[in-house]
Amino acid sequence: MATDPWAPPYADPTLPGEVEQDTGIPPAPAGVPVEGRSPWYLAYRRLRRNRVALFFGALFIVIVLFCLAAPLWAHLVAHTGPDTNHLTEKIDINGQPTDVVNVDGIPIGPGLHGKFLLGADANGRDVMVRLMYGGRTSIFIGVMAAFVTTILAVIFGILAAYYRGWTDAVISRAMDVIWAFPVLLLGIALGTALSVSGSGLVLGPIHIADDSIWIPILIIGFVYVPYMARPIRGEVLALREKEFVEAAIAQGAGTMRIMFSEILPNLVSTIIVFFTLNIANNMLLESALSFLGAGVRPPHSSWGSMVSDGYEFLYSAPHLTIIPGLMIVLTVLSLNVFGDGLRDALDPRAKVRLEAAALEESH
Amino acid sequence: MARFVTRRLVGMVVVLFAISVLVFLIFNVIPGGDPGKRICGKNCNNALLTQINKDWGFNDSLPVQYVTMMKKVFTGELVSYSSQLNVDQQIKKGIPITFSLCIGAAVIWMAFAIVFGYLSAVKAGGFTDRALTILALVGISMPVFFLGAILLLYLTSKIQLFPTAGYVSLTSDPVQWAYHLFLPWITLAVLFVGFYSRVLRSNMLDVMNEDYVRTARAKGLSERQVRIHHVLRNSMIPVITLFGLDFGAVIGGGAIITESIFSLNGVGQYAADAITNVDLPPIMGVTLFGAFFIVFFNALVDITYAWLDPRIRLGTEAR
Repeated sequence: MATDPWAPPYADPTLPGEVEQDTGIPPAPAGVPVEGRSPWYLAYRRLRRNRVALFFGALFIVIVLFCLAAPLWAHLVAHTGPDTNHLTEKIDINGQPTDVVNVDGIPIGPGLHGKFLLGADANGRDVMVRLMYGGRTSIFIGVMAAFVTTILAVIFGILAAYYRGWTDAVISRAMDVIWAFPVLLLGIALGTALSVSGSGLVLGPIHIADDSIWIPILIIGFVYVPYMARPIRGEVLALREKEFVEAAIAQGAGTMRIMFSEILPNLVSTIIVFFTLNIANNMLLESALSFLGAGVRPPHSSWGSMVSDGYEFLYSAPHLTIIPGLMIVLTVLSLNVFGDGLRDALDPRAKVRLEAAALEESH
Repeated sequence: MARFVTRRLVGMVVVLFAISVLVFLIFNVIPGGDPGKRICGKNCNNALLTQINKDWGFNDSLPVQYVTMMKKVFTGELVSYSSQLNVDQQIKKGIPITFSLCIGAAVIWMAFAIVFGYLSAVKAGGFTDRALTILALVGISMPVFFLGAILLLYLTSKIQLFPTAGYVSLTSDPVQWAYHLFLPWITLAVLFVGFYSRVLRSNMLDVMNEDYVRTARAKGLSERQVRIHHVLRNSMIPVITLFGLDFGAVIGGGAIITESIFSLNGVGQYAADAITNVDLPPIMGVTLFGAFFIVFFNALVDITYAWLDPRIRLGTEAR
């Protein structure tokens, strides 16, 4: 085919070493010896100029810190745990004792009171505390699944492209089959098959219980492997023809050494960008699976499962849907914008081309 | 052409086979549990379990089990053990609704993606471009269930602009059909509008640097003509390829959440209910249906392409 429909909408990854334009640094004055600058430093300079990306990167860190502070809030302010029910209790609001969950089963909404700052859910649990603990689960799953995807995709991508021949054929066809499924559907199929009570997953000596948080992590990590392995394979196909690989072969380096200490370092900028955007996708998939009931299972809860629990009260207690939903949007958005900025910084060719086009337009 | 079609169809059959094996592996072989118990569902008892083990041949060798399962799927004998309903019939019942939802959403997402992508590329770097980029990123970052919930809450309850739920068939009342499906269409389309407008934008920026665009300008064509007939048209090729794949994916299971949020009784809602009830046979059926549809649709797209563009079929045959 003339165009690869699966090529990501980004430009082809550029090796940092080839970058010459758009360094963001004025040319050194004549007579001063030019200091060498590593490609990483150049990327850092470019990223630093991208205020929007930095803002959203910082936002993500703030969200992570917010979730890490969960025990502090729970002990010092709310004095309750994420799973503690307060169904029959009353709290003081403006000096009046109010039911946490009223007779109609409607919980209190957000308000300026230390306990139940963001209201309570239908079981009388503190939404703020649950939000902080649930965020830990959501982000943990997103990051861990991204590690699973990255490790598998890098191994398969490098092996396929380096050995080519039948290794490549087997790996690529296997990836194509996984790819033929919509991500959500494959996640659901795996999620339901693995999380039926009393089943779980056995991987060699490791047994993972059916309600373990590692089941969604492995599922989400597995489902996204082809989406990352394919571009990596493409990049390695080009890299293996480069002179430095030839030089390594001439020096007598073994295949393992060439694959993992010669080729792999050249993939790092691609991997970083994919990893960041992958966390965002993982969190979206996790929330969708949990919303449908095929993701995180009790006793664990994530933002997705909080929405799932609260959704039946959409009209009577909308805060149960809106608050965790907004957290998902904010976190995923911050990762997407920051990942975009990272890509522009590490792969300046895309940016240069964009600016050239804009320049042409303005004439 | 005939050779290309044959090759593509053979390829399709191979992929379909591989997919069915993967589904079989997921439901019957994954280590860690008893497949009979998994299929049995919530109201499981010993008699039913023995019955299932016999029906599905869980004591046979794996290839025999595979054949048994595929036989059940293709002869329409796949039955949910909790609801006693036939899976194939339930899927068939849901198809018109799912198609109504997906086709409408597809029209909306393509229309908006083209407009937004075009504006974004033409004004690259400017305010419109930045605003549209942020909007697109928000659209991509929005979980479908959240968007659907917000629309439901604000447009059907706070401001009573749209009906909350339900489906009116196209043949009985086209206006009500569109009116009831409007919010689901938007919900399903937003993600794709965000994604496609960005793809189109970057394609257009690439194409703007092509020689033939310069030639077109040199010929003295108006900027508008160059943009629409030369830049936009050529940038659409990858977008349409993507569309073929995504449309297949949306019908084949991508609309599950939208359907369940808006209570549309399509294939997706059927799957969502099955998840809630931990009822595996419907999920097995929907997964196979979805994957088959996608593969079939992709083959169709490829063949259409080869028919439109001789380079593709010649390129493949030369290999």
